[in-house]
Amino acid sequence: MIVSAQKPWEEILGYLEGENSIFLLGCNGCAQASGSGGPEQVAEMKEKLEGVGKKVSGTMVIDFLCQKALVKSRLRPRMEQVAAADSILVMTCGLGVQAVAASVAKVCHPACDTVNMGGSRGEWKGDERCYECGECLLEYTGGICPLTACTKSLTNGACGGASNGKCELAPEKDCGWELIYERLKRNNQLDKLRRFIPPKSWDKMAPDPKVRATARWALENSG
Amino acid sequence: MSLKSSLEAGKFAITCEVGPLKGTDTTEIEEVAGLLTGRVDAANVTDQQSSVMRLGSMATCHLIKGKGLEPIFQMTCRDRNRLALQSDLLSAHVLGIENVLALTGDLPALGDQPQAKPVYDLDSVQLLWTIQRLNEGFDINGNELQGKTDFFAGAVVTPEADTEAKRELQFYKMEKKIANGARFFQTQAIYDPDTFARFMKRVEGFKIPILAGIIPLKSAAMARFMNKNVAGVFVPDELIDKMAKAEDKTAAGIEIAADLMKSLKGICQGVHLMAIGWEKKVPAILDAAGL
Ligand code: SF4
Ligand code: SF4
Repeated sequence: MIVSAQKPWEEILGYLEGENSIFLLGCNGCAQASGSGGPEQVAEMKEKLEGVGKKVSGTMVIDFLCQKALVKSRLRPRMEQVAAADSILVMTCGLGVQAVAASVAKVCHPACDTVNMGGSRGEWKGDERCYECGECLLEYTGGICPLTACTKSLTNGACGGASNGKCELAPEKDCGWELIYERLKRNNQLDKLRRFIPPKSWDKMAPDPKVRATARWALENSG
Repeated sequence: MSLKSSLEAGKFAITCEVGPLKGTDTTEIEEVAGLLTGRVDAANVTDQQSSVMRLGSMATCHLIKGKGLEPIFQMTCRDRNRLALQSDLLSAHVLGIENVLALTGDLPALGDQPQAKPVYDLDSVQLLWTIQRLNEGFDINGNELQGKTDFFAGAVVTPEADTEAKRELQFYKMEKKIANGARFFQTQAIYDPDTFARFMKRVEGFKIPILAGIIPLKSAAMARFMNKNVAGVFVPDELIDKMAKAEDKTAAGIEIAADLMKSLKGICQGVHLMAIGWEKKVPAILDAAGL
């Protein structure tokens, strides 16, 4: 299971600046269990957004947002609502946001930060990876995680070493930053590349001491 | 005249590179420093280049400064977290080092200590931002310093690109580096003045001094190797042919580098000569280029 926590409301609202209509996506998997993006939180978010004058073109909660095939098939009958929205607010972990951003040609904003659980991993199929950094940057990188997609985990742009779109350190792998560029270009969001990402708080990547005190932690780490 | 005043005065600047050796023997560095003093505006001292463990950049900067050669302290984010980076910057200032070149740095996997834990607490843009803060008298977290730094910070850029994404990403990153305190740029090695002139046209609006990177060719094989293995370096076929046909390879390499430097004079604000083992030939290259 992957644990996520909702980002502060002001941060989410900042992401939606200049947008009128939003499609809300929640997840019945880990995000529901985390209390960050299940049906209840999606309903709350809808109310809050409408409270500040935003239009919610539709809401949907899918079982596993990290499964691209599932996301595509479940969204198909709702494409009109999705198309009517300026963006999708995805209320789940870093994997889910990346999977939705890779499946739908729409700007996807992350509503949650993925919280580090100290090594326990859920099961998922797909190319999206998340280091559970506790300070999600997907808003600025077109829904592609710079920490995992870039071999050097660069957060302020490419190293300049890519060759024909492939990473200088792993020639079999696409350069994560070139993928980010293409995605932002498609989304008309190239301006995001101008944003300075300050030094990260890596301390947020260490599991909370409270997590280590839980029965689950003891079970999962008892050998 | 310091590098900063040269660039500010609009003088065509010349920098070069010296790489500390692996060990404590500094005879060669001191000899090279003696040869270069008075011929170049400043010399970059590499920071464990290619992730090969060597004598440190800060100590070497201090050493060559004592010989009269102005150092540019190369600093990568590979080996130090923000505590060590900030502290080393304070130390460098106390040692009289005025220029810093901020780099992200190669991965340790490429060097002779591949088992090392890579750090990358900060990246090159964040390091520039950090230097700017120290110059203003504050650390990363806004704590006040007793005595601030006064660094002239530089950064690097690769003018050649093989995809639109790569090219554009370089411009965006350059813009970010300038916004966070970069005052000059040194480029990856260039061999084609026309492509480079197009790059210069594109970055004209940034109004920032750019020193074009020059690596003298030693053989046709070296040129082919770089084309194949060094991203962002492109040696045109005619130069490779010239090297292949030359009887005196050293003379041909010097001539090509000198011609390039001559043709760059009206295009950019200086050159950065990376001689890679040919440090002692730098005066001859500069003579040939009339610099
Ligand atoms: S930026 Fe990447 S590692 Fe951090 S939470 Fe988002 S997806 Fe996960
Ligand atoms: S080539 Fe691309 S993916 Fe690889 S380290 Fe550089 S920016 Fe990151």
